[in-house]
Amino acid sequence: MRIPRRTSTLAATALLPLAALALTACGSTGGSGSNGPENGPVTLSYGIWDKNQVPAMQKIADEFHAANPNVTVKLQVTPFKQYFTTLQTAAAGGGAPDVFWMNGPNVKLYASNQQLLPLDQTISTGKLDLAKYPKALVDLYSYGGKAYGIPKDFDTVGVWYNKALFDAKKVPYPKDDWTWADFQSAARALTDKGKGVWGAAAPVEDQSGFYDTIPSAGGQVIDAAGAKSGFGSPEALQGIEFWTSLVKDGASPTVQQMTDTSPGDLFKAGKVAMYWNGSWAAVEYNDVPELKQTVNVAPVPKGPKGQISVIHGLGNVIYAKTKHQDAAQKFVAFLGGERAAQIQAEAGAVIPAYEGTQEAWVKAMPQFNLKAYLDEVPNAVPYPASKNTKVWTTLQTDILTKVWNGEVDAATGLKDLATQMDAALAKEQ
Amino acid sequence: MASGTATATSGAAAVRTGSGSRATSPAPGRRAHGRPAPTRRPASAKRRNDLFWAAVFITPTLLGLLVFYLWPVVRTLLISFTETGPFGGSQWVGLDNYAKLFGDARLWETLLNTLKFTVVALLGIPIALVVAALLSTEGLRGVKVYRVLYFLPVVTMPAAVGLIWRTLYNGDVGVINAMLHVVGIQGTNWLSNPDTALYAIAAVGIWLGLGTQVVIFLAAIQGVPKELYEAAALDGAGRVRQFWSITLPTISPSVFFISVLAVIGALQTFDLIFVMSGPTNPAYPQTETIVAQFYQRGFVENQQGYAAAIALVILVVIVAVTALQFRLQKKWVHYV
Repeated sequence: MRIPRRTSTLAATALLPLAALALTACGSTGGSGSNGPENGPVTLSYGIWDKNQVPAMQKIADEFHAANPNVTVKLQVTPFKQYFTTLQTAAAGGGAPDVFWMNGPNVKLYASNQQLLPLDQTISTGKLDLAKYPKALVDLYSYGGKAYGIPKDFDTVGVWYNKALFDAKKVPYPKDDWTWADFQSAARALTDKGKGVWGAAAPVEDQSGFYDTIPSAGGQVIDAAGAKSGFGSPEALQGIEFWTSLVKDGASPTVQQMTDTSPGDLFKAGKVAMYWNGSWAAVEYNDVPELKQTVNVAPVPKGPKGQISVIHGLGNVIYAKTKHQDAAQKFVAFLGGERAAQIQAEAGAVIPAYEGTQEAWVKAMPQFNLKAYLDEVPNAVPYPASKNTKVWTTLQTDILTKVWNGEVDAATGLKDLATQMDAALAKEQ
Repeated sequence: MASGTATATSGAAAVRTGSGSRATSPAPGRRAHGRPAPTRRPASAKRRNDLFWAAVFITPTLLGLLVFYLWPVVRTLLISFTETGPFGGSQWVGLDNYAKLFGDARLWETLLNTLKFTVVALLGIPIALVVAALLSTEGLRGVKVYRVLYFLPVVTMPAAVGLIWRTLYNGDVGVINAMLHVVGIQGTNWLSNPDTALYAIAAVGIWLGLGTQVVIFLAAIQGVPKELYEAAALDGAGRVRQFWSITLPTISPSVFFISVLAVIGALQTFDLIFVMSGPTNPAYPQTETIVAQFYQRGFVENQQGYAAAIALVILVVIVAVTALQFRLQKKWVHYV
């Protein structure tokens, strides 16, 4: 699932007064769950945000109910734009769903505030093997040495390209082992000012942008402990200049142009030849008949220190104050199992996280080189996150937009970003 | 996103309630003259009955007001003295949040943006006056059609309006630049150019609000006694002179009413900015309003105590500006 930078919603503004009310109103509902085995029927609520995945999730819930007739799972769908504000208010009031979807930027916030149940017991009694999921994802959902989420699905990043534009300029298609130099020279060769075609799009984009190029240059966005910024390093500068040089040379539209028309739309309209996008994009391109035949995907190009993509994925978590701990643990164990992954793979919307179940997704769209996304998994780096991720991603967007736009030079901007981000991270501790 | 103005502004409920000017009627000054206080009569059964029913009818509104407006205002004030975590659990920090306000350069930038936006938005009032004056021309056909046309934007969702205007303003394929190109002017990326973005968005704000303003001015103009115009015409005053000397002074209470509302609305702008600009827009530092900054701090960065302090700053600014307007009105508003 992609992580939109603006996860906010207009309606959420209305929540401050309500949240305030909720603070005072709660207290009685938040009794902690019983640990003994439960008798009698139990209804679990399962909070999710993607409507497209409802059929698969319902099927999983039904199969779980068939195996555990005592437990009924009820889906609670909240659109992503309101999901986290609603969830936060509900959790503050003691009424969050028993089990719900979590994402990378938020997991440490919830875990560090004791809103999530540590899953050691779920893993041992449910006989889950964490080695069956990509390691970067297991790390993403760990906090203080404990697992708080079981990886549900994942996405990596690839370079989509328009074959027609490559053919027009007689540029060879990207190969699986292409390099940064190959990408840069192709971007310049494909640019055709007269026709209004750019070789590549270099937006101020983290997940399908500098979160990939910085590690490929040998740098990191945030250190493993989530305590220190990596933006001040020479490697990070290299990872950023990978993009800004494209804008400077006119091989990419300017930030202003990409603000007016999104780079994704420019790519779909055949105005941009190469566009970095996550594995979630495959379904979208597969659905447009004209694009289905003209575009394809390659892995991210190999940088000075390797061919590295960022990996993100959702996790299933248990609310710390659930009243049905046993049932919730059983359900999360089922969600983390092979059968649940199989059901998701067949539905096709996402790549399931469970090892060996991803082939169905690749086969669903045989005209695309989707294997590229899977091949990146072993080397992928976890999505950068800390306890209050959004504070420094705001800084990141602010400052890097100025760098991209040429208002601040890259080296100065990154130093400034590193300083401010370190200050923000220090406050989290 | 589809929730439109209603939801967007109700978040600033605390701000709005406090200003107290919402209750102004189209002729606020009337209250100054006031009716004589009712003389005490012996309490009759009828009067008690009336009072009872009055209470019955007012109670639901009063309860709603208390629960959804006044209580949140009090809570906001309390929260502003705390550091409140994302999941509740607050810690009393006294005036720390207020001390922090002074060093927050970004906050004052956004306040300045908001004030600029407000000044530009006020330009809508003369435009609305001219349109209303033209529409009230004697014998003009299809007034109703025009009225509907001008009013349509008012009943359209601001979020939808914002999206449409985004495509019109588009630097490469926008209609506005295409038209400018015809007359030989090189357009720009209106919404992402830091020099133009705020004004481009304010123009949409004016367009959105024009309908309400025109309808109210139209009603006011129609209430001006015809004899005044006839007398003026006999004295040889032309249409323009009549407008300045008769129409404008007579409808000045409505102009005042509209300007108070327009200023409050502009100071609380959020949805248009949210849809037409945004953090990835290079013009965002020049277009972010103070309410957007409040949202950012409270709901994105989870600093709810500090956000509450910002909400109170917004409240103070609105009260101050509105009080100033009430003070100045004595110089130019005429109550018949």
